[in-house]
Amino acid sequence: MSTLQLHSAQSTVLAANEASEHRPLIITLFAVFVVATLVITVWAGRQTKSAADFYAGGRQFTGFQNGLAVSGDYMSAASFLGIAGAIALFGYDGFLYSIGFLVAWLVALLLVAEPLRNSGRYTMGDVLAYRMRQRPVRTAAGTSTIVVSIFYLLAQMAGAGVLVSLLLGITSDGGKVAIVALVGVLMIVYVTIGGMKGTTWVQMVKAVLLIAGALLLTFLVLLKFDFNISDLLGSAAENSGKGAPFLEPGLKYGATATSKLDFISLGIALVLGTAGLPHILIRFYTVPTAKAARKSVNWAIGIIGAFYLMTIALGFGAAALISPKEITDSNPAGNTAAPLLALHLGGVDSNWGAILLATISAVAFATILAVVAGLTLASSSSFAHDIYANVIKKGKASEKQEVKAARWATVFIGLVSIGLGALARDLNVAGLVALAFAVAASANLPTILYSLFWKRFTTQGALWSIYGGLTTAVVLVLFSPVVSGNEKTSMFKGVDFHWFPLENPGLISIPVGFLLGWLGTVLSKEEPDKEKYAELEVRSLTGTGAH
Amino acid sequence: MATDVPPPSKGGSEPTPVTPSTEEFVAVQQSAEFGELRTAHRSFAFPLTIAFIAWYLVYVLLSNYAGDFMGTKVLGNINVALVLGLAQFLTTFLIAWWYSRHAASKLDPKAEAIKSRMEGGA
Repeated sequence: MSTLQLHSAQSTVLAANEASEHRPLIITLFAVFVVATLVITVWAGRQTKSAADFYAGGRQFTGFQNGLAVSGDYMSAASFLGIAGAIALFGYDGFLYSIGFLVAWLVALLLVAEPLRNSGRYTMGDVLAYRMRQRPVRTAAGTSTIVVSIFYLLAQMAGAGVLVSLLLGITSDGGKVAIVALVGVLMIVYVTIGGMKGTTWVQMVKAVLLIAGALLLTFLVLLKFDFNISDLLGSAAENSGKGAPFLEPGLKYGATATSKLDFISLGIALVLGTAGLPHILIRFYTVPTAKAARKSVNWAIGIIGAFYLMTIALGFGAAALISPKEITDSNPAGNTAAPLLALHLGGVDSNWGAILLATISAVAFATILAVVAGLTLASSSSFAHDIYANVIKKGKASEKQEVKAARWATVFIGLVSIGLGALARDLNVAGLVALAFAVAASANLPTILYSLFWKRFTTQGALWSIYGGLTTAVVLVLFSPVVSGNEKTSMFKGVDFHWFPLENPGLISIPVGFLLGWLGTVLSKEEPDKEKYAELEVRSLTGTGAH
Repeated sequence: MATDVPPPSKGGSEPTPVTPSTEEFVAVQQSAEFGELRTAHRSFAFPLTIAFIAWYLVYVLLSNYAGDFMGTKVLGNINVALVLGLAQFLTTFLIAWWYSRHAASKLDPKAEAIKSRMEGGA
């Protein structure tokens, strides 16, 4: 193990050296993006006056703009670095991520996006607590929003650390922590100054850059194989050293009965997670109507679907053109496969290679910044609107106080994620994000669906479902191989306190969330508030009185 | 109990629609017109949700337990697994399009009729 780590460190230095001659270029590209987004942020900040501006960007974005921003919010480091890496290392099994991430949008489209837009104002908690006792349910919704967002943030921070150590040759822990801190500080600035308006524009810019970057790489990969996909797959299988099984399911998850269960668990978490992700849900408040919300989901499905189709080419392209050893040496979880692919496509020793590497890395960096801004906004809005304004101040906080609380919460959450980000470096970022999906699907989705569609649902049901789903998911992750017990990929090495065999808890925790919501409801002594449900149902389906 | 919808913000940028009373909401909820809207949404969205989740799970389970079938070559190195995976993309696009068409023709007109009547302050 120690020799492997030593070796891996040397190779990272090697890869870093290739890039280090072009360090000024890389830093310039990063800086251009950072400056451009800061200008946008300051401009947006000047127009941010009311709470609706800060939380919902003034609700004046069009369906297309929001669709682009939703895509920018959703296609995280996990989608770009994680999926490409997972396909490059495990072939077909990495592909499941993109399918689950995409199909999941149908749940949001058919059941959640429009009713949510019609009946809420700023946060997921607005809808969850609509017909319930406000204080306990808002506390629960705020708690789960913050936990889900922090899991997701962790993944983005891991991606940032990995990228920068590859690019800038920073291999010392201090250097990586410094980069994670820089990302944290930038996201605090974006959100506190720009609010939702600034964040939305940053996400739109990033979505365009990411699609352009992926298109360029996909084109170059296909060009290498004369646009013959079968050849590309064949070379990938051969170069991976695994042969035909590389193109078939089972390489990562097919080994044992347990790993097969893990695959099912992952699959369920992915498909049910999206519609429970607070940072995605609050994006629907930025458009004026439910129709515009529907339009944004449709654009998002188109953009995200096209992007995931391209990640297939990127992942198999990396597998075909780069030796598996070079990929794992650079990052054991494969997170650097996409940037390495750029280097190889341009030519390892050429200027083109370095320029492509720098460009793609800058795109990945932009991706991370845009997503962390969205996550931070979701959790600080929920803190300010659900917990501070409605629980602590009992609905009596002024708009100014509320926004001020949101800004302070942003600073706090930024600092927490900087601290946690340093711990998660060697985990595959797609795997980490899948955990956030599992927590969202267990804690949030059951309550969202019951609230909107089940007349009898009560406060007790909502609380049992949110806290029960949340606790089950988090505890199972804590005692899973993700945290301890696996020398190569666990967050804590050298200790083993895991007893839950699966990496993803969804298979257990999602049914638990749904079951507890039902059980809490049928066992509760209080009657559901029928009048409030009438109000919620009519509002959610017709948009009457929507803000 | 605190109300979940605080009074309209002073100087906020949002237009404030007329908010109907609780009695009006209850009356509308029980009306035949709203019942049709609810049925039009649920009878479309619920079965379709179950169908696409089932189809996705079939795909996941096939990947897990029918490796030989999934590995069958269809064309060159393209196998059944890849074709089914791409089929998931295709069905997702189709369902999104289908739902949007349904919503525009069957849901939006009903929803707008109810909304404009309620907000008209009638």
